[in-house]
This record gives sequence, structure tokens and C-alpha cells, in this order.
Amino acid sequence: MGSVRRHVQIDRDPDTVWRLVGDLARQHEWFPLTTCRVEGKKRWITLPSGIVFEEDIITHDHSLRRFQYRMVGNPAITSHLGTCDVLDDGHGGSIVVYSTDMEPEALALVIAGAAGEGLHKLKTMMEAA
Amino acid sequence: MGRKILFITTDQQRYDALGCNGGHIARTPVIDELARTGIVYDRAHPQNVVCMPSRSTMLTGQHVSTHGVWMNGVPLANDAPSIASDLRRSGYRTALIGKAHFEPFLDPFLRFAENRIGSGGLETEMSIGEDGLPTPHRGFEHFSLATHGGTGPFHYARWLREKNPAAAAMFFQVLDQQLQVNAAGGGETNAPQVKHNDIQRELYHTEWVADQTINWLSSLPADADWFCWMSFPDPHHPWDPPKSELGRVNWRDLDVPPGYIEDATERERVLDNKPRHWRMWYDGTFISNYEAPSKWVPKTLTADNVREVNAMAHIENELIDEAIGRVMTSISARGWGDDLDVLYTTDHGELQGDYGLLFKGPYHVDSLMRLPLIWRPAKSANVAPARVAAPVGLVSLASTFASIAGLQRPDYTESERLPLNDDDARLLGHERVLTEWDSVLFGKIVGARTICRDGWVCTAMLPGTVHDGTEGELYDLANDPLQRNNLWSSSQHTAQRDALLDDMWSSLPTRVLPLRACDAPV
Repeated sequence: MGSVRRHVQIDRDPDTVWRLVGDLARQHEWFPLTTCRVEGKKRWITLPSGIVFEEDIITHDHSLRRFQYRMVGNPAITSHLGTCDVLDDGHGGSIVVYSTDMEPEALALVIAGAAGEGLHKLKTMMEAA
Repeated sequence: MGRKILFITTDQQRYDALGCNGGHIARTPVIDELARTGIVYDRAHPQNVVCMPSRSTMLTGQHVSTHGVWMNGVPLANDAPSIASDLRRSGYRTALIGKAHFEPFLDPFLRFAENRIGSGGLETEMSIGEDGLPTPHRGFEHFSLATHGGTGPFHYARWLREKNPAAAAMFFQVLDQQLQVNAAGGGETNAPQVKHNDIQRELYHTEWVADQTINWLSSLPADADWFCWMSFPDPHHPWDPPKSELGRVNWRDLDVPPGYIEDATERERVLDNKPRHWRMWYDGTFISNYEAPSKWVPKTLTADNVREVNAMAHIENELIDEAIGRVMTSISARGWGDDLDVLYTTDHGELQGDYGLLFKGPYHVDSLMRLPLIWRPAKSANVAPARVAAPVGLVSLASTFASIAGLQRPDYTESERLPLNDDDARLLGHERVLTEWDSVLFGKIVGARTICRDGWVCTAMLPGTVHDGTEGELYDLANDPLQRNNLWSSSQHTAQRDALLDDMWSSLPTRVLPLRACDAPV
């Protein structure tokens, strides 16, 4: 199992950050995706290469500020759980943590790279606003 | 008009692959002629023994600790220095044709310019440089990108799909269903990563790289100065040259290579005398890095497997030589022959059966570190042919390109240009060459630092998952050319070892940045 994690500190309060991160149809605004489409407990994301992933939304908890999802319907992905948490950093800001556990493990590294880029962009966007 | 630069690289090629270096299997007359009329470096090492870090060193003239590409999957920073940018600013036309790999291949998010350029069928991608002016990606105004085989986003794969949609499937499938490096065997001996490839020779990537190089050069005006990096993806595994070419080398006719130890007891004794990760990989109990198939156990490698892999690799070497010959003929026809500098090398070597192993990893011995490196200066430069024994590194390439172009050595480079002969090497201070290894793969951490000087190779294994920082390797190259007798723990050689280590630690870059994030497995 490939288990990876990236995080970023953002000088904005967690509720403000969660308003964007917790809007699952807007993840393409900060993550390297082309589109996101949400229907109930399902989401479809399109990557810039044109690949579409179908996801089950497992957790979408506004009080915890936690989002968890699972990639499904892709025979190459035998196991997956993605988790994004927005935490209070104790100083008025936030820490956003993006974790992925998946098989094939090689793909976990790729997701981690994208998450790193996405979190960097999220910080830039939030702190500029 | 100035001197033109044709920089030829192969991928994962051994020093002994070439006739000019004593190789006797592949016929390499074109490269041998470059060697006969140029400068051959007999002790050239990479600064890392996998692709991305080594190629980043070629482009930046920096050691791995400085450019920060510490393992495959770590992208070279977009604003990293590039000798191609310097050459372009001085008026050179610039192209990279074939395999680049400064950025990860596995990139469904298309985060990296190489993949965007390839998938979009673009020539390059522009950004704003330090001078505030638009600059092409890494200084190259033209990319025609390829990797081994017909999958992926690059120009070659797109071209191949148009020519023959079925062709991509003819190659060995590099990754398996779990996206691991494929351990499947093939050929006649079930050797790992070997396949008889039905592709026509004219559609094979080696031919395409030469054709694209000829096409780009043909597009240039006669008075242009140019820097063309022609980068062949072979003989990197998988070993699947066109089936039509298999008659060139029959594996049954080959002896096992000198580095292969046929007696298993002796082979394992030699491995046990090295740091523990050698034997652990051989037994299949520790896989430190992504580049070798994790489901393949080297202990299962047979002598016939080794013969067949060698035959396939040497067939690929011959194809490269002939492709270079076509490019050289084309350049001569343009009237550029007298002003042409050719540099030939590779990014790292291949174990190719040595010690009962294949592929690459944290194994700092000649199999992976001793590289072919040839500089055939322009005839107009009047440089005498030479063989250079002094240790040199690929870290000197960027300075060498600058020197050829009449530029000052760029401040960012960390080594003098390549020497013209051994006297020049002494004047330039080519006393040692350094190689670094770092890998972190899901909690498995391996690090190594190596120095080569005065006929010795000394490697310190850094503390990590399996090493505690006390292990290492010390080889006397003159008396142990196959590096079978590790003298690291020999009391008679303690002073020698410690002097080498002192020199190594004081010579490595002092400004070591925190490890950059790994963004993909390769």
C-alpha cells in the first residue's frame, strides 16, 4: 500500500479555507484538475490529460472540516482512500493535510505530487484573497 | 560562424559497450571513429546512477545536492540553470531530440512541461526568464521528445500511433498492471524485460531520433550556430530491438561477460563482502528503488539470461551507432563538418549481469559508474587526439559546451570543462569525481556518497533503513578491475580509506538544500 501525505500552512482561519476546500465541485480551482462534477455522493474529476476518475464521497463533514473520497470503477486502482483535513494551527491560521493510501502504490506518489502543487496554489489563492 | 555542438547521449550504456573501449560484441565503427580522432575519457563517472539526476547534472553542470534532483521522480526546478539557455542567449539555435527526462514521466495531471509539450505536439513551452524576456523551456527552442517504446505523451508515441496504431503494443510493456516495473520475461531464455519486437526497424525510436535530428538540422540556415542534444532512449531496458535485427548478435554465441560470476557460491561470497543491501536485493528481500522490477529476484538470473540480455543490448548499441552515422553524413553534407564538435556519452551504466544482477540502483561500481565519454573537437580547433586517464564527471559537460561556444564558464557550474589530455586535466584540477545516491521509497531509505581518485573507488553508505553509517566499499581499480574485493574493512587499507573519505566530504557541495519533494516514481 502506498501511503503519502502533504500539508501546507495557510495564514487564513480554517473556516475560510474550508469554504473553498469543502466545496467539492470547486477542487479544480486549486488542484491540478480540469473539471469536477458532483452528484449526490458521487464525484467525477477530469485530469488535464483527459483521464476521468469516478469517486465515491465517503466523508464530507463540515464540523470536522474533513473530506474523504475513494476512486472507484477503475480496474487499475485496487484500493484507494483520499483524505483532506483543514486543521486549526492554533495561531489563527490553518494547516491543510492531504493524504492518500492506495494501490498501486506508484500512483500514490503521483497523487502526492499533484496534492503538493494543489496545496501550494491553495495557499497562494487564500492568502491573496 | 562558431562551432556547432552535437551532444549525443544514450541511456544506460556501459563503458565496454563500444569497440573503442575494448568492447568486442557490438560493432560501433562510427563512434570508434569519433574516438580515434577525438578525446576518450577512460574514467568518466556520472554524479548519480539513475536518469533524472544524471541528466539534470548534464544540463546544469551541478552536482545532485545542488540541482536537487536527488532521485527519479523529483523534477528539476523550472528555474534551474541550463547551459542550453546560455547558448541560446549567445545566439545558438537549440534543440533536444529524443529522451529529456528532467521531469517525471508518470504525469496524468500534465504538471510538467515535457509532458505538455509532447502531448500537445508542441515545439517548446515559453515562460518568462530571469531577464524578464520570454524563454523556451530549459533553453530549448525545439523539442522532439521520445522515450523507449510507443506509450506515453511524447512526440514519438504520437507519430508511431499515426504510422501504425498497433505498433505500441509490439514493445515490451514497461510497467505491469500495478504500475510496477514489469518483471515479466521473454525472448528465448525468459530473461526479464526481453521481448522479440515485431516493429519495423524504420519505426523504432532509434531511427526516429536520428530522423528528427536530421530534419531539425535541415531546417537551419547554413550560417547558424547550433546546439543539438540527440538523446537515444536505448540501450535502457526493456531489451526489445526490432526482431529483424536479432541476427546481428546471437546470444548463444556469447560468453558470459567478465563481471558475471558463474559459480553461485563464489558470487554470493562476493556479494556478502559488500554492504548488506547488495545481497538483500539479490535475494529479493529489499528493493530500495523503483527502477528495477520489484517482483523479480536477481538470484533467479541464469547465465543464459545474461547472454541474451547482453545480445539484445548490443544489437541496440549497433543500431545507435548506425543512426549516428546517418546524422554525421547529413551534417557533412551541410558543410558543417570542420566546425562540428561532437560529445558522446550516456547518463549511467547497467549491471548487465555483473555480480548476478541487472538494472541499476545504489551500487557504485564500474558497471553503473564507468561511462563512455568521447569529445571529438571540431577540426578547426586543432586539438590532438588523446586518451584521458584522469577522473572526470558529467558535471563538466556544461562548462565544456560553454567553452566550445567561447563563453565564460557559467557561475552556476561546479566543475571545469573536460580536459584535452592528462596534462590539461592536472592544470584544470581534475583529481576526483563524486557520485551521490539518495532514495526514499515508502519508508525505505538508502544513501551513498562515492569518490573516485588515484585509482581507488570509495563509497560510504549513509545511515538509512538497512545501513547504520558504518558500511562502505573500497576498491583498488588497478588490482581489482571487477571490484570483487571490498577493502573497506581491511586494516591494511584504513588510512587509504579514511584519506579518501576526508577528501570526499570536503569536496562535496557544502550548500545542501532540503530534499525536494518526489512527485512520481519515475
